[in-house]
Amino acid sequence: MDTISRKGELRMMALFAVIVLLMPIWLIPFGAAYPDLLQKFAIFGIFAVGFNILFGLTGYLSFGHAVFLGVGSYAAVWSFKLFTMNVIPAVIFGVLFSGIFAAVIGFVSLRRSGIYFSILTLAFAQMSYNLAYSVLTPITNGETGLQLRLHDLRMIDGLFIEAGEGLPLTNLFGIKMSGYPGFYFCAVLLILAFYLALRITNSPFGMALKAIKSNQLRMGYTGFNTRPYLMSAFMISGMYAGLAGALLAVTDPLAGAERMQWTASGEVVLMTILGGVGTLFGPLLGAGLIKYFENIFSSYNDALLQETFSFLPDMLNNLVVGIISPFVGDGWHLTLGGLFMVIIIFLPGGIVGGITMLWRRYIKKRGASAELEGETS
Amino acid sequence: MDSIFLQILNGLDKGGAYALIALGLTLVFGTLGVVNFAHGAIFMLGSFCAVTTQNLLTYSKKVKDESITYFEAFKEVPYLEIWWGDTGSFIIDYKVPFSILLAIPVMLLIGLAMERGLIRHFYNRPHADQILVTFGLAIVIQEIVKSIYGANPIPVQAPAIVAGSASIGSWIGLGESVVYPWWRLIYLANALVVISAVFSFLKFTTYGMVVRAGMQDRETVGLLGIDIQRRFTVVFGMASVVVGIAGVMYTPILSPDYHMGMDFLVLSFVVVVVGGMGSLEGAVVAGFMLGILQSFAAMNEIKSIFPGIDQIIVYLVAVIILLTRPRGLMGRKGVMED
Amino acid sequence: MTTVLNVSGVNKRFGGLQALDNVNLKVEEGQTLAIIGPNGAGKSTLLNVCIGRLTPDSGSVEFHGETLIGKQPYEINQAGVARVFQTPEIFPELNLLENVMIPALSKRNGAFHFNIISRIREEKQIESDAINYLTEFGLQDQSDNEAGTLSRGDKRRLELAMCLVQKPKLLLLDEPTAGMSRHDTNTTIELLKKIKESGMTKVIIEHDMQVVFSLADKIVVLAQGAIIAGGTPDEIRNDPKVQEAYLGEEQV
Repeated sequence: MDTISRKGELRMMALFAVIVLLMPIWLIPFGAAYPDLLQKFAIFGIFAVGFNILFGLTGYLSFGHAVFLGVGSYAAVWSFKLFTMNVIPAVIFGVLFSGIFAAVIGFVSLRRSGIYFSILTLAFAQMSYNLAYSVLTPITNGETGLQLRLHDLRMIDGLFIEAGEGLPLTNLFGIKMSGYPGFYFCAVLLILAFYLALRITNSPFGMALKAIKSNQLRMGYTGFNTRPYLMSAFMISGMYAGLAGALLAVTDPLAGAERMQWTASGEVVLMTILGGVGTLFGPLLGAGLIKYFENIFSSYNDALLQETFSFLPDMLNNLVVGIISPFVGDGWHLTLGGLFMVIIIFLPGGIVGGITMLWRRYIKKRGASAELEGETS
Repeated sequence: MDSIFLQILNGLDKGGAYALIALGLTLVFGTLGVVNFAHGAIFMLGSFCAVTTQNLLTYSKKVKDESITYFEAFKEVPYLEIWWGDTGSFIIDYKVPFSILLAIPVMLLIGLAMERGLIRHFYNRPHADQILVTFGLAIVIQEIVKSIYGANPIPVQAPAIVAGSASIGSWIGLGESVVYPWWRLIYLANALVVISAVFSFLKFTTYGMVVRAGMQDRETVGLLGIDIQRRFTVVFGMASVVVGIAGVMYTPILSPDYHMGMDFLVLSFVVVVVGGMGSLEGAVVAGFMLGILQSFAAMNEIKSIFPGIDQIIVYLVAVIILLTRPRGLMGRKGVMED
Repeated sequence: MTTVLNVSGVNKRFGGLQALDNVNLKVEEGQTLAIIGPNGAGKSTLLNVCIGRLTPDSGSVEFHGETLIGKQPYEINQAGVARVFQTPEIFPELNLLENVMIPALSKRNGAFHFNIISRIREEKQIESDAINYLTEFGLQDQSDNEAGTLSRGDKRRLELAMCLVQKPKLLLLDEPTAGMSRHDTNTTIELLKKIKESGMTKVIIEHDMQVVFSLADKIVVLAQGAIIAGGTPDEIRNDPKVQEAYLGEEQV
């Protein structure tokens, strides 16, 4: 396990910040440099990094994290409706309320571990989803989703700003939060969120979490009360999810219950695993890749495919399109599921894990051949 | 009194579905020690066996409709009816029971393929990995079905003769007005028959006895020279057939659609946990209990006091049970307890 | 001399089996007490009662005057009791240095410490303590290796290092040489002798008579849940009851 020195940390963060803030530029050749997608990268990056704090460090697999995503969104939209279109209170509310939910759900679910824990989180996720669609519709507006209205209260805004025509836009003290400014807001929060995750991983607290994953029994007998450690990890990761949810609402002020479906939870699990569970950059990589390919794959339909492969003779073209077409467009989930399986079966360490393994083998080989050279010379 | 009885019946047939799925899950978990998130997808495949059979049987061609005279009209007439006339119509009418004939070998094959191709390699991997890979498999299966059959539910009818309701009331002396659909009674009977068959197999056959022994202590059975692996594979196939039939028979009650598997899966896991992981009896009992509970919670009287309770009652019960008695109602102590 | 551990009138029943029957024993400071007995005598049950894993039906277990009954394992450890398991329980995915740093952190910080600001790299004191103990046990060369790759004997040494870095007041050992070769067993005996010389109070459950007679100041013999004999090694060696219940043809 490699922990990093203070200097190493600063270097990593500086590099990371530069990469993130320059995404609108270096993603141009990939065709991914437009605001909507960039925002998604940042938002789901935050979600995945937070999820990794729980799953990656402690090993506890939660299938219900999408609940916190949803709560964050709902809280943020309510802040827009009740108080102000300024995004700061919205984000604060999102994190706050998801933290409360995480405390409650975590308190109950963490009384068990392993698969019982996973099923408990799944049960809570389904419960919340059902409630959001039925009983809690005054708060969530059920299937239509929670939206902004002209006649929203907006108490604080009402004191300072004149109501204009149409729905107001979310803003950061005047800067409109759509488009690139919206992305930069998310990006800054991503950098801060990543830094926090980095510090947690390198701290005694983080090491305790890893030890819990390694041997929870031993931790108890070594004097650690594992409950508060697990609760903290759960709540922190829940708040990360709440932040992500709030940012979703910031960039697009509406909140729907489908965000809380357990399949959404499954998606963040996939991101984390694809990138590499327990690694620092894995979840980010996973989130980016998934969102990027989702964007590409979903937009392909048969016609576009045929065009892409138009250089092939007709029969071959039809064959290729026929093979690929179930995997694109609506079939993106099929690809996702398949990818999931492939990664778990062949590369459980994810991409980062795979790279690390190759790197280690390379180092070993270098070391071995250097030894040989030493012997012969 | 009538309504209570009706609700119990209502709950029993839904509970029957839960019980069958949970039974399959527990069989797989108790023998192979594998948590199979693709189990719900197998249920869904079962119901799509019925859909496929329906499609096959009603494969039709356009034939001039003689009954409409003032313009040329065509109607779809199934080939079966054209070739075999009345027998053809009879077969088509009874498509659901006939689907069982198709479903058994198909589900068995699917189950065996799944076990040999995938699950087998995950015996010694952590439960999280098993959950994840079978979750992925479930999504893949679901999406394939969706791409073939589309995203909308496809109705499948029960045989016409049982399309109506039985006036149960008159049987038990509760009054003529108490009626219940025939098909759902048949479903309940079917569930009970299958459950009994599984238990009889385990209890009264030598094969079953060895399987039970293997569930208790795998290592020892292996040391006795018995190829427990092969038997467990067969058990997986059996569990798939059980669940598949449950799916087939459920189609008139709930039109099959591609994501019904996942919906049932979550509930089934909850059932298994409540009944006790590793306990076959527990899975069955809990399945029926939770079905009835859900049914009662959906009664208007109850809903007016606790709105929305029917949506969450099952999960609520699971949470309470997991907290107070983690091994479930009838689970063996020490199975996955932490 | 202070009594470190005082087990008094402990009973434990499992269904129809009386696993522990009115067990009384005292361990004085610096003493090594060995608990021996045939299989199924209740030795592990007794240990589990002392470490907080099982609650006795009746009786008391006191550590330096404070009761241990009803306490969680982590509380008992924080009070100063460390335990070695039959199969070495270590942190396989972490490296050796981390394995020993963790118990040290627990000792210094307590049962829960929400410290996300410090960096592990900068915990110099903890790190040097850990290195000291690794060196004591001859493991310093492997400190970067993953603990899971160690041989069983080395895992046992690591576990001992992990216990001792907490400077416990009582060390409980559950068959520390189980499954070891003669060579490893001898090494472990030497290690335990060294620990004894530093004044550590120990309770050892053992099957291996060589270990018992090399280390124990006092021996207690458990059979079918009850203590049938207790005394110095010589007394036990010559006790006919013990020979009948247990030692049998064993050449001592």
